[in-house]
Amino acid sequence: MDAFTRRKIVNNIILVLSTVAALFGIMWLFWILGTLLYKGFSMLSLEIFMGDPPSPGEETGGLKHAIVGQTLIVLTATVIGIPLGILAGTYIAEYGKNSRLANIVRDLSDIMMSVPSIVIGTFIYAILVKPVGHFMGIAGSLSLAIMMIPIILRTTDDMLRLVPPELREAGYALGATKFKVIKDIVYRAAITGILTGVILSVARIGGETAPLLFTSFNNNFFTFDMTQPMASLTVTMYDYAMSPYEYWQKLAWAAAIILTAGVLGANILGRVMAYWKFRK
Amino acid sequence: MAYVIEIEEKPKISVRNLNFYYGTKHALKNISFNVPEKRITALIGPSGCGKTTLLRCFNRIHDLYPGNRYEGKILLDGENILEKDYDLIRLRSRVGMVFQKPTAFPMSIFDNVAYGLKLKGIKNKSELEDRVEKALKDAALWDEVKDRLKDPASGLSGGQQQRLCIARAIAVEPEVLLFDEPTSALDPISTGKIEELVVSFRDRLTIIIVTHNMQQAARVSDYTAFMYLGELIEFNKTEELFIKPKEKLTEDYITGRFG
Repeated sequence: MDAFTRRKIVNNIILVLSTVAALFGIMWLFWILGTLLYKGFSMLSLEIFMGDPPSPGEETGGLKHAIVGQTLIVLTATVIGIPLGILAGTYIAEYGKNSRLANIVRDLSDIMMSVPSIVIGTFIYAILVKPVGHFMGIAGSLSLAIMMIPIILRTTDDMLRLVPPELREAGYALGATKFKVIKDIVYRAAITGILTGVILSVARIGGETAPLLFTSFNNNFFTFDMTQPMASLTVTMYDYAMSPYEYWQKLAWAAAIILTAGVLGANILGRVMAYWKFRK
Repeated sequence: MAYVIEIEEKPKISVRNLNFYYGTKHALKNISFNVPEKRITALIGPSGCGKTTLLRCFNRIHDLYPGNRYEGKILLDGENILEKDYDLIRLRSRVGMVFQKPTAFPMSIFDNVAYGLKLKGIKNKSELEDRVEKALKDAALWDEVKDRLKDPASGLSGGQQQRLCIARAIAVEPEVLLFDEPTSALDPISTGKIEELVVSFRDRLTIIIVTHNMQQAARVSDYTAFMYLGELIEFNKTEELFIKPKEKLTEDYITGRFG
């Protein structure tokens, strides 16, 4: 065998190995999706979305309480997280630039992104749930918002830095103030990127269980009251899956499908928007 | 030493012993000359000579970045614009600027031109429409965009975007208009159109144009300043400077001995 043939064989072996590894990696995603659909799809009915929480031993009941609770908790977290994240990102990209404070905020927010989510849940438990004396939906939103802020902050920072400096200079050259330049020109140029970051951060926190366990906890009744314990899809899924009733276990599978569809949908939306923005 | 002629026209801007520093880098060295009112003055010189730095002093756009420092005076109608507490917003509405790359804002064609007017506090819709139309006509862009004023400006070609930026700059009726190599990113036909525009503003505005293209300076300007290594080497009538340069350095540069 000459050197040339040898090289071709080695090349082919590496090609096959890396392809197999790649397929092995994404196989799990499809396996998970397949299992979810297999176990839970038959459960998806109007009853799941509209029905009241199930009673032990009965074969009826749905997830309305958990779906509404999940939506409320995530929406509230988003409402808290978006303005804080975007304003903080605007500070470090536009006002602070490379000042010491801006650099510290940027580094700390990177560290915050890797804080285990259960630690954030415990923190909110200590400063809010314990003093008030009971679990609250809003406490769950707060811990999710804390997870969101560094993600939105960094995306905003990155997207604002991508806006060419000449565009800002052109604004100032017309006699605009700094605030006007940021509001009218820089934000407009970066809006798609920032929105993409927001949506991806919603997808990121939407599937969290740990920060909710110590904060919003769970509620077997339907409620809009965020000052009371509140059901979420993730915690409900955990509880029902651990329960002895077969019907509840099936509900847990259905909750898993709904949750996955939501998170996957948000991810796909975010990616489509990113593609749309950077295609030009 | 530098050869600087006295202009016959009324000076709009007087530069007096101007020094400029980027941090510790001494970028402009002791520059003095007068810019004539309602005439076109070109700044030429090799890359890094300070011509763009000088241009950016006239609307103090340097102030956006920390560490930049001016010494000396720039008088605009006799008022020193380098005073510390000089109102920069007022200065920039009197001294407009067109950049090297087209800087169309991410908004519609109409809103681009109306932006400066809105900043000046003009809210009346019909007045805005009239002034946008006039500015676009002055910038020779009206016929190409009149049917799509609501479309995003990003859909225009590079040359059209540059004319849009000119329309945006003249809409606020500045007294001085600064051009920073406005054609270096454009094709020859677009370049020709921009040059025609610059010349058409001659009796209306005071124009200062930075260019690396000597033929362009010769074609459009009344006066030319040649700069080298942060110093003003020669300021003269354009014809004189290109035909009978007084300084050896100027002659070497315009005959292509260095560049």
